[in-house]
Amino acid sequence: MTFPPSTATDAAAEPADTADPAASGSAVVGRSPGRLMWRRFRRDRTGVASAIVVLAFFLIALLAPVIAGLYGKDPYTTYGQNQPGLLNPFGYPVAPNGGMSGDFWFGLEPGLGRDVFTQLVYGIRTSLSIAVIVTVLTTIIGVVMGITSGYIGGRTDYVIGRVIDTLLAFPSQLFLIVFLPVVEAALVLPEEETPVWLRYVSICVVLTVLGWATIARLLRAQVLSLRAREFVEAARVTGASPARVIFKELLPNLWTPIIIQATLALPLYVGAEAGLGFLGVGMTEPTPDWGRMFQVGVNVYHSDVTYLLFPGVSMLIFVVAFNLLGDSIRDAFDPRTKR
Amino acid sequence: MGRRAPARSDRWSTYETMTSFLVRRILGALMILLIISAVTFYLFYAVPRDPARAFCGKICPPETLQLVRHNLGMDEPLFVQYWHWLAGIFAGRELVQFGDCPAPCLGYSFATQEPVFGAIVDRFPVTLSLTFGASIVILAFGIVTGMIAAWKVGQPLDKIASASSVIGASLQIYFVGPLLAFYLVDTMQLIPRPSYVPITDDPVGWFTHLLLPWVVLSIIFTANYTRMTRSQMVEQLAEDYVRTARAKGMSNRTVFFRFAWRGAMIPIVTIFGVDLATLLGGAIITEQTFTLHGIGELAVRAVQNNDLPMLLGVTIVGAAMIVLLNIVVDVLYAFIDPRVRLT
Repeated sequence: MTFPPSTATDAAAEPADTADPAASGSAVVGRSPGRLMWRRFRRDRTGVASAIVVLAFFLIALLAPVIAGLYGKDPYTTYGQNQPGLLNPFGYPVAPNGGMSGDFWFGLEPGLGRDVFTQLVYGIRTSLSIAVIVTVLTTIIGVVMGITSGYIGGRTDYVIGRVIDTLLAFPSQLFLIVFLPVVEAALVLPEEETPVWLRYVSICVVLTVLGWATIARLLRAQVLSLRAREFVEAARVTGASPARVIFKELLPNLWTPIIIQATLALPLYVGAEAGLGFLGVGMTEPTPDWGRMFQVGVNVYHSDVTYLLFPGVSMLIFVVAFNLLGDSIRDAFDPRTKR
Repeated sequence: MGRRAPARSDRWSTYETMTSFLVRRILGALMILLIISAVTFYLFYAVPRDPARAFCGKICPPETLQLVRHNLGMDEPLFVQYWHWLAGIFAGRELVQFGDCPAPCLGYSFATQEPVFGAIVDRFPVTLSLTFGASIVILAFGIVTGMIAAWKVGQPLDKIASASSVIGASLQIYFVGPLLAFYLVDTMQLIPRPSYVPITDDPVGWFTHLLLPWVVLSIIFTANYTRMTRSQMVEQLAEDYVRTARAKGMSNRTVFFRFAWRGAMIPIVTIFGVDLATLLGGAIITEQTFTLHGIGELAVRAVQNNDLPMLLGVTIVGAAMIVLLNIVVDVLYAFIDPRVRLT
C-alpha cells in the first residue's frame, strides 16, 4: 500500500510538529483500512446476521457426516423401499407433507424413498465445494488476466480483450451444458462409465473456463485507471520493477473490487451448479446434489410439493444471505457507495 | 463535434453512418461466428477420443465403426471436415449416410436422424416467444417499479421495492416455476398448464399458455432492472438539465416523465443487450421446467444423447442469435440517445 508508509515517514520526519491537533491528541489510534472496514462491518446488523447464516451453511457442509451420524441416517439408503408402509404403491410418501415425521424430519424422496434431510445436508457439500473451488479459480485467473491485460496493454490487451468480449457475449448456460460432455469425452470412451470425481472435475473446469471473464474485465478497467495515477507513475520513475509495481502498488488497491466480485460470484456458481444438476448434466447419482433434487421435484410437484420446498427454501436462504453479505462487505469497504 | 452541417445533409450523413455501421457490425459478427464455429467444431470433433463411436452406440463391432467413420467423413483430416460442414451451410451437401441435405445444412442428428437445421427451425418459435415475452415483462415491470421507487425515494414503497428486488434476484427458476405452477395451475386453476400454442393458430391461447413461463423467467431479471432504474432516475434527477427544466417552471411530472426518463433509459438498454445471452440461458431452464419444446430443450436432449451435429448446430444458432440481437440493441441505443455515435 502506498499511503501508510508515506504517513509513517511524515510522522518520523516531523516528530516535533505539535501544531497538528490530530497528532497531539493521545486518543487517536492508527487504524489500518482493514480494521476500519471490520469496525464498519460489525455495526451493520444485516451484514452480521447474514454472515452468521452463511457461516452456518459452511459449517453444515463441513460437519455433514457428524450431523448425519447424530441423526442416524445416511443419504444413500432407500428407506422407503426397504421398510414397508412408508411409500404408497405409486412411490409417494404415505404420511402427509411429503412423509415428514420424527424419523424423517424433512420427509422422504418420492420413488427411491431416501431421506430428504441427509440428502439436503450432503447436497450443501457438493454445491458449496464446487462453488468455492470455481470462485477461487475464476478469481485467480481473472485477476491475472485482468492485470496483465490492463498493465501490459498493446497487443496482449487486444487479444485478451477480444477473448473476454466473446466469452461474455455468449449464452454461457448453453455453452456450459454443451461443453460438459466434450470435456468428459476427452477423458473417457463412450462405453466406459464416467467416474463421479471426473464429473466433479469437469463441472469445475467448464464453470471456470466460462466464468473468469467477468472479473478480468472489471480488473482490466481498474488497472487502466490506476496505471495513470501519480503514485504508480512515481514508483515506475524511481525504477520499481513491473512485479513490484503490480504487487506493491496495484494489487493493494484492487483487493476491494476483487473481494466484492468474489462474493457476488459465489452464489451465482451455487445456482449454476444446481442448474446443471437440474438439467441432468450435473453431478451423477448417487452423490447427493441440490440440482438433482430440483429435477426430481419438478417431476413430482403435482403430488408432493413438499419435496421441492426443502431444497428451494434452503437455497433461497443461502443466496439471499450471501447477497446481503456481499452488499454489507461492499458498504464496509466503501462507505460512499449507496445502494 | 465541430461545426454543424445544414439539417438536410445532416440527416443524409446519419443514414450513411447507419448503413456503414450496419455493414461493419455484420461483417464483424460473421467473423466472430466463424471463429466460434471453428473452435466449437474443433472441440466437438477433435477432443473426444472417437466421435464415430458416439454415433455407433454402446455395442459397436470394429468393421461397423470403420464404416460409420467413413460414411460420416470422419476418416478425412479435421479441416476438410470443417470445410465440408461450413460449405454445407451455404451450398448444401451430400451425406453418404443420410442422402441430400439442402442449403442451410447443419448435418443430421446422430440420435433422431432428423436434419439439424429443420429441428432448430421447428423449435425456434417456442424459444423466440418465450424470450420475447419475458423481455417485455422484464422491461415493463422492472422499469415501472423502478420509477415508482424513484418517485417515492425513501418512502415505504421504495423500501418494499428494494427488499423485494433482493429476494427476487436470489430466486431460482426451477424452484419458483414448479411452485407457481402448483398453486396457480394445479390448486387454483387460474391459468392453463404452460405449453406452446402457435400464435398464428390462437393468439389468446398463445398468451395464456405462455404467461406463467414469462413471469417465471422474468422474475430473476426484473429485480435487477428495478434497482437499476431506481438508481439511474435518482442520478438523473440530480443533473443540471433537470434543475434547468425545473427553474423554467416545468412541473415535477413533466421533468420526471419527459426528461429524466430518457436519460435513465440509456444504461438500461446497454445492460439489456448484455443480459440477452443470460436470458437465453434462463430460457433453457424455463423450457425444461415447463417441458416446452424449444431450442434449450433440444440442446439438453442432444447433450444427453451425445448428439454432436445437433450440439454444434444449436451452439452456432444460439451464438448467431445473440450476435444479431446485440446489433439490434446497438441500433436501438442510437435511436434513444442521439449523442451516441455509431462507430
